[in-house]
Amino acid sequence: MLNYAIRRLLFAIPTLLIISFLIFAILDLAPNDPTGNLPLTIPPEVREKIRMALGLGDPFPIRYLKWLQQFFINEPLNIIEQAFGITIGDSENRLRVQSWATRSPVVDLIIERTPQTLWVVGMSYVVGILIAIPIGVISAYRQYSVFDQVGTFISMIGFSVPTFFTGLLFIVIFSSTLGWLPSIYDTTHEVTDFASFWFQVKQMIMPVMVLALFNASQLSRFMRASMLDNLSQDYVRTARAKGLKEKVVLLVHVLRNSLIPVVTVIALGIPQIFGGAIITEQIFRVNGLGQLLIVGIQGADIPLVQTLTFIFAILIVFFNLVADIVYGMLDPRIRYE
Amino acid sequence: MKKTLLVAALAAGFYNGTAVADRGTDGQLKIIYWQAVSILNPFLSSGTKDIEASSLVVEPLAKYDEKGNMVANLVDEIPTIENGGVSEDLKSITWKLSDGLIWSDGTKVTSADVAFTAAYCMHPEGGCAQISNFTDVESVEEVDESTVKVNFSVAKPFPYGPFVGSQSPIIQKAQFENCMGAKAPECTEQNFGPVGTGPFVATEFKANDVVAYSVNENYRDPAKPAFSSVVLKGGGDAASAARSVLETGEFDYAWNLQVEPEILDQMAQGGKGMVVSAYGTSVERLMVNLTNPDPALGDKRGTIEGGAHPFLSDLAVRQALSLAIDRQTLVDVGYGDAGQVTCNVLPAPDVYASTANDACKQQDMAAAKKLLDDAGWVPGSDGIRAKDGVRISILYQTSTNSVRQATQALIKQWWAELGVETELRNIDGGVFFGGDQSSPDTFQKFFADIEMYTNNFDGTDPEKYMANWHCSDIPSPANQWLGSNMPRYCNAEYDALVAEMGTAAKLEDRAALAKKMNDMLMQDVAMIPLIHRGGVSAHATTLEGVRMNEWDSELWNAADWSRAK
Amino acid sequence: MSNASNVVAAEEMPQHRSLWGDVWSQFRTHKGAVAGAAVFFLIVLGVVLGPYIHTLDPQFLDIRNKNLGPSLAHPMGTDNLGRDTLAQVMAGGRVSLLVGIVAMLLSLVVGTAIGVLAGFFKKLDGPLMRFTDLFLALPLLPLLLVIIMLFRDSLRAAFGPETGIFLLIVFVIGITSWMQTARIVRGDVLALKEMEFVVAARSIGAPSRRIISRHILPNVLSPIMVSATLGIANAIITESALSFLGLGFPSDFPTWGRLLYDGANFMQLTPERVIWPGLAISLTVLSVNYMGDGLRDALDPRIRGR
Repeated sequence: MLNYAIRRLLFAIPTLLIISFLIFAILDLAPNDPTGNLPLTIPPEVREKIRMALGLGDPFPIRYLKWLQQFFINEPLNIIEQAFGITIGDSENRLRVQSWATRSPVVDLIIERTPQTLWVVGMSYVVGILIAIPIGVISAYRQYSVFDQVGTFISMIGFSVPTFFTGLLFIVIFSSTLGWLPSIYDTTHEVTDFASFWFQVKQMIMPVMVLALFNASQLSRFMRASMLDNLSQDYVRTARAKGLKEKVVLLVHVLRNSLIPVVTVIALGIPQIFGGAIITEQIFRVNGLGQLLIVGIQGADIPLVQTLTFIFAILIVFFNLVADIVYGMLDPRIRYE
Repeated sequence: MKKTLLVAALAAGFYNGTAVADRGTDGQLKIIYWQAVSILNPFLSSGTKDIEASSLVVEPLAKYDEKGNMVANLVDEIPTIENGGVSEDLKSITWKLSDGLIWSDGTKVTSADVAFTAAYCMHPEGGCAQISNFTDVESVEEVDESTVKVNFSVAKPFPYGPFVGSQSPIIQKAQFENCMGAKAPECTEQNFGPVGTGPFVATEFKANDVVAYSVNENYRDPAKPAFSSVVLKGGGDAASAARSVLETGEFDYAWNLQVEPEILDQMAQGGKGMVVSAYGTSVERLMVNLTNPDPALGDKRGTIEGGAHPFLSDLAVRQALSLAIDRQTLVDVGYGDAGQVTCNVLPAPDVYASTANDACKQQDMAAAKKLLDDAGWVPGSDGIRAKDGVRISILYQTSTNSVRQATQALIKQWWAELGVETELRNIDGGVFFGGDQSSPDTFQKFFADIEMYTNNFDGTDPEKYMANWHCSDIPSPANQWLGSNMPRYCNAEYDALVAEMGTAAKLEDRAALAKKMNDMLMQDVAMIPLIHRGGVSAHATTLEGVRMNEWDSELWNAADWSRAK
Repeated sequence: MSNASNVVAAEEMPQHRSLWGDVWSQFRTHKGAVAGAAVFFLIVLGVVLGPYIHTLDPQFLDIRNKNLGPSLAHPMGTDNLGRDTLAQVMAGGRVSLLVGIVAMLLSLVVGTAIGVLAGFFKKLDGPLMRFTDLFLALPLLPLLLVIIMLFRDSLRAAFGPETGIFLLIVFVIGITSWMQTARIVRGDVLALKEMEFVVAARSIGAPSRRIISRHILPNVLSPIMVSATLGIANAIITESALSFLGLGFPSDFPTWGRLLYDGANFMQLTPERVIWPGLAISLTVLSVNYMGDGLRDALDPRIRGR
């Protein structure tokens, strides 16, 4: 297994390079422009000058190589310097990956935004998983019971009604009408005592619930389907015949064997946590990584979008590898040699 | 730099509710901009939001008030020919800074800072977004410590481009000295926390998210500002920004709320806040493509060489299209208090506003139909008018925005009544206004028959704006489609007026010329103005002193804002 | 020759129970599936035949009658431009259902094919899964903008504005949503191919094609069915997001996703504008889900016997 993991990691390097090139090419081809949001009173010649100042005058391969150098050499060096407080080479003049809209290092922006995204989107995933697995298990075990029917109904609504709608509905109910929860997330808020912790909880409730509902709907369906498949397998009958307790049969044997699709969905979801939830972050103004990405895309902030998407790519490759390893642990028959 | 901010912040806390007059006694002011602020240096901004957010910190020598009058800000009086500030040959203007001005870090504001600001923006590698304010500036001289003279290479009848209005503020030389040219974007710390003369200083800046300001303890009026701190939050959409002021009351001020009027009305019923609007020079208009956008023309598509438009080149068709529109309904549906019917592309300031074209304010379907009938465009078997085998079938494009799509749908219906077929297209704003050479969907390439957007001009002088429709400004492959003459309007008579305006000095003459140009464009129907658009914002009922301004930053007088007791 | 075989077939009919006949009879006994099918049929009937009964033009603006509540003339009220909501929901349903189902099928076919091939053939696993990673990593919005730029005008010229856009939308949604299905199917196949019955089938020399169609596919059907239901909802919503980029149908062309999006801000003023399209999407997804459940049960030989 270790051998396999190392081979996969090595193979990931060329994969990621190809991905980074393709992302860069797509962003370069995309017809939106960094000067698109400037007021129209700014004349076209000035826009052209701004483009040149951003480096858009260089040919495509040069810009790509520059980004590669900045991302793979300059940024790690900078991190090392900051971590150990040392200076390596000419660090004053070493160019970091700079966002075009904010003219600041992209990596700093990402670091600034990671906490709120992890808190809100990550928490919604945890909540989603915690809701989905029991619902999926019970729904499958008591297939077509009232619980199952209600669960199915709610999860289908949860999935088919998009988050822009549920988010707005929550705001209208809990902020406008009842006035219980803030509709706008305060990213400068710091938790120092119980009162501020309570405020943090209050401002997280709505975005977390909106996303958790969506995630749980999806996960619980896969969980239920997979449990149903396994419940009718012969080994379940064998286990019961052996006189194992029903709880043990269900939670140890069936659940474990049913987790493969669920693990896949979760592994695909974790990079999305880092990717943030674009719509939900926008509605509640959580302004995490998802909002950073969408603002970057709208403003054609190529270095920002390139870096952010590439970091997601790394996470996607990594977590899919993790999923493959977990498959092997869940089902020892799966072997990669 | 960081230390000074820290000291200022501490001092702000110390002064709270103590001896010094009224400064900082009204607590926090919470502002929401649905476009998040990216940078606090207006010269590197990527949109209006950045300029407005930085207007709380850095200031120009003179501002525009809500009526469009220039008011002295860092100077005692506005230089004019009468007071000798502007030279007789109109080639220089001399500004004299007020006495005792200091930056938020406690140092003195001098003419060197002003001259440096010009040098900073005019640096060829800096990519300064506001460089057009410095057009024709030859040099900026420091006459003495508090006097600065701007020399122009040509006579400037309106010499108030540099250092007037929020687009052209003064930055501190000491802070930005090492940030010239190619280094400008690398000065993150400076760009995120400029030292200024404004009522507030930025204490915390999260790009594309939130800005926190505290009182500038060195602000020139010791009694102001009333608020001790400001939070400017960004992100989301206009409707929810309005909701946070009008319905939930979480914020005090929300900017640029282009939302359907009935939604705003309904939100405002709660009584927590009110909607305010003000008019500048913005006009939502239809641009008429006078050239042929047929894809079959290849490289000549949408250019003069490609030939005239098959049906829009007929004046009668253009007039009929304009007459068939019920502008008042467009206002009622999409704009409410933030829109007025207009028949001019230059609707303001009042001295420039023509009344010669007001006939278009009323929809006149019968007259429109008659025009087309008389011109030989008669309905075919499918109900669509045609002449010599050319059907009037229009591709009508605009940027994506719910109000614009509603306008499109309404106009499509009226044109259908007229016997004109319309296909609607909406394009992502970043692409439409982006001007990317490779995209066919930019407003400059205009590969459609009609396109709709809003344009305006900074300040109060329309010279540059009216020059947009000069022959030489037609976008074409030869100039990489960089041009502002979207209708491809080319009229020697008009060009002569543009040249004349460049030399006319007296306001009356300039007004007469501008009106004449406006009327010429309107009577040739090179574009169809629809709505004179105002800015719409909302503020909490407890927020006092808001004087909504479309000529300058909306936050132009934030120093005077206070909380109702 | 053909005559003879016909006779044989006819003779065998009574005793032979075909797989699909079995599946159908099992499907019919599944209450949820029948109810789901009935609701789905009603929805399809409503959007296909409805406009002949309620004949208002969904694109007609009647500005004097804007923001109306439900009435006899406008059973679901009108929107802020005075368009009839019922007519729009029906017209929108035609497009949304078609986009939803076709895009979902495309995404399922691609996802299942890649998943099965990657899971079953070790040699293909690496390349196909890296390909999947690539698609997962591509930034969707810029990709869409590129696609619009490259293909919109040529498709519009070839198929006309509406069909051209329809093909583009289905293609775009299909090729950007298959990855999850592929990963899930592959994960299941990896486990399945080590199961005794697959090993047994292989040891008696059954060709891979047959093992896949006989033994693998029926056993990965449940996650595929879940993907199908989720895929329809996803496609209907994504379609509305596309129109904001200028990739979707023209702005006056109603679809369920679009109605829901446009109506969201009018939630308090005219709630009908969001309730009906929202309900329509939910009911469609719910009914497809129950049909999927029924189909899955019907195809499972262990359940079918009972």
